[in-house]
Amino acid sequence: MNVLNFVNAFFSDSAHWHGYDGIPQRLLEHVQYTLMALGLATAIGLPIGLLTGHTGRGGNAVAFVATAARALPSFGLLVLIAVVVGIGLLPVMVPLVILAIPPILVTTYEAVRSVDPSPVDAARGMGMHEAGILFRVELPVALPLVLSGLRSAAIQVVSTATIAAYVSLGGIGRYIIDGLYQRDYEKVVGGATLVAALALVTLGLFWAAGRFAVSPGVRRR
Amino acid sequence: MDSVTKRYPDGTVAVDHLSLEIPDRAITVLVGPSGCGKTTTLRMINRMVEPTEGTILLDGDDLGRQPVTTLRRSMGYVIQNAGLFQHRTILDNIATVPRMIGWGKQKSRERAAELMERVGLDASLGKRYPYQLSGGQQQRVGVARALAADPPVLLMDEPFSAVDPVVRKGLQDELLRIQDELGKTIVFVTHDIDEAIKLGTMVAVMRTGGRLAQFAPPAELLSDPADEFVEDFLGADRGIRRLSFFPSAGLELTRGPVVRADAAGAPPAAAGAPYLLVTDADDRPLGWARPEDLTAGSVDAARLLSHGRPFVPGTDSLRAALDCAVLSPAGWAVAVNDGGRVTGVVSQQTIAEAIRAAHDRTAAQETPGAGSADVTKVAP
Repeated sequence: MNVLNFVNAFFSDSAHWHGYDGIPQRLLEHVQYTLMALGLATAIGLPIGLLTGHTGRGGNAVAFVATAARALPSFGLLVLIAVVVGIGLLPVMVPLVILAIPPILVTTYEAVRSVDPSPVDAARGMGMHEAGILFRVELPVALPLVLSGLRSAAIQVVSTATIAAYVSLGGIGRYIIDGLYQRDYEKVVGGATLVAALALVTLGLFWAAGRFAVSPGVRRR
Repeated sequence: MDSVTKRYPDGTVAVDHLSLEIPDRAITVLVGPSGCGKTTTLRMINRMVEPTEGTILLDGDDLGRQPVTTLRRSMGYVIQNAGLFQHRTILDNIATVPRMIGWGKQKSRERAAELMERVGLDASLGKRYPYQLSGGQQQRVGVARALAADPPVLLMDEPFSAVDPVVRKGLQDELLRIQDELGKTIVFVTHDIDEAIKLGTMVAVMRTGGRLAQFAPPAELLSDPADEFVEDFLGADRGIRRLSFFPSAGLELTRGPVVRADAAGAPPAAAGAPYLLVTDADDRPLGWARPEDLTAGSVDAARLLSHGRPFVPGTDSLRAALDCAVLSPAGWAVAVNDGGRVTGVVSQQTIAEAIRAAHDRTAAQETPGAGSADVTKVAP
């Protein structure tokens, strides 16, 4: 049996489409974990990135925090926190948020930093407030890069959210972990396929967001 | 500006006790080599840079006392490379300040469209984005954006230095035309002395270290540089350039050596002239010819000598007339009217006499002690 047979068998089994262990339910859980982690990481990383990028101060601190956060192993953190605080949503959210912050923070900082200084000078000389300069001059031009940072964070979170299953939570990781435990490779491959598909959908969503939110003057077409 | 100084924390002095009286409704040009503090001086006027010492007064009010955003919104600001907002359309770029000070969307757009016309931009460009425009067009948008809220003061920081010479000349002419119509108080920074002389009503030459070398109308700068630094900065041919300020209207023209191509071979009016100017049936100049080449009765266009660029008496300056005479192998300048028809020719000797006379007149005006500010400025 090859991988395609596994995939076919997994998705054609009607039992996999119903109930609390059905694909719709697991997908929903997975999307929930992803959105929650991404939302928290954005709430932390985006404002700090915008502010440090705009003022040009704190760049070294941003780089330090990002490097340190990247060095933390998500899985190890999950187990550690689960041991300390017990099983629940917290041990899952902490590693996912820490995973998602560096790409958002660093890319946003770099995106705002790299905006051409002359429109900023012109805006300031016209009497625009600093907040106006950041949100109406710098951010619209930096937006494609900011979105790419959010996109890498989202893809990483989608893939890594499978670890939620280790602490008895749901999500697509359930299939992979249970499948490995039960030596049910059909389930493992099916779960992996779902994760890959969800990552692709995420890519598509960010592409659409870019088309919609970025000005044609910045996209240059 | 009263004894204004800008000193940076590391001790560098960018502007050193600078005092300037900038005239209303005129173009004042700050010019000097790089690092002379001209841009810093400009940026102290809208407080992008705060002076360390001294005060800047606008109509008697200390600029330092006003809220900085209010101050900046009352002054147009144009920079090198225009600094347009690439995510906004041309119309929305121009409408920036009107929108900031609370005009409605419709009114701001209408104002923006009006300004596009004023700076010579086609209305169809309004919906485009900056990257779709040439450098010269972008700079026009920059000027329109600065004028949008009709500020009494316009600050321009090397606005035309990033475009090619032909486009730059167009932009300069356009600025002079707009200034004729609007009469703004303009402070203009450049490192190009020719641009300063062309645009300035008053020119402030600054030297490295942020000190004022000379503050004078351009004609006086050329005739009477304050010191060696100013003289060097003006360049080698300031005598020739000064002729730009002398009108060519008084030149005595002669039609003696002018002959029509269809009448070639007929005895010329000025017998004995070494060269004759041949024109076509519409009196447009074709070129110079030796009298003996014309007797054949036909004109061989290939044997005609170039007549240079003709000048228009009254519109052009003595500099243009002299240039035309020097370019012509015959040593004579060709004068034409606005329609390009020959009105006469004038020799280098006659132009030289006119230059001497102009110098004498200027000297006579200067003697009463009023300065030479009232020399009429004509197109170079």
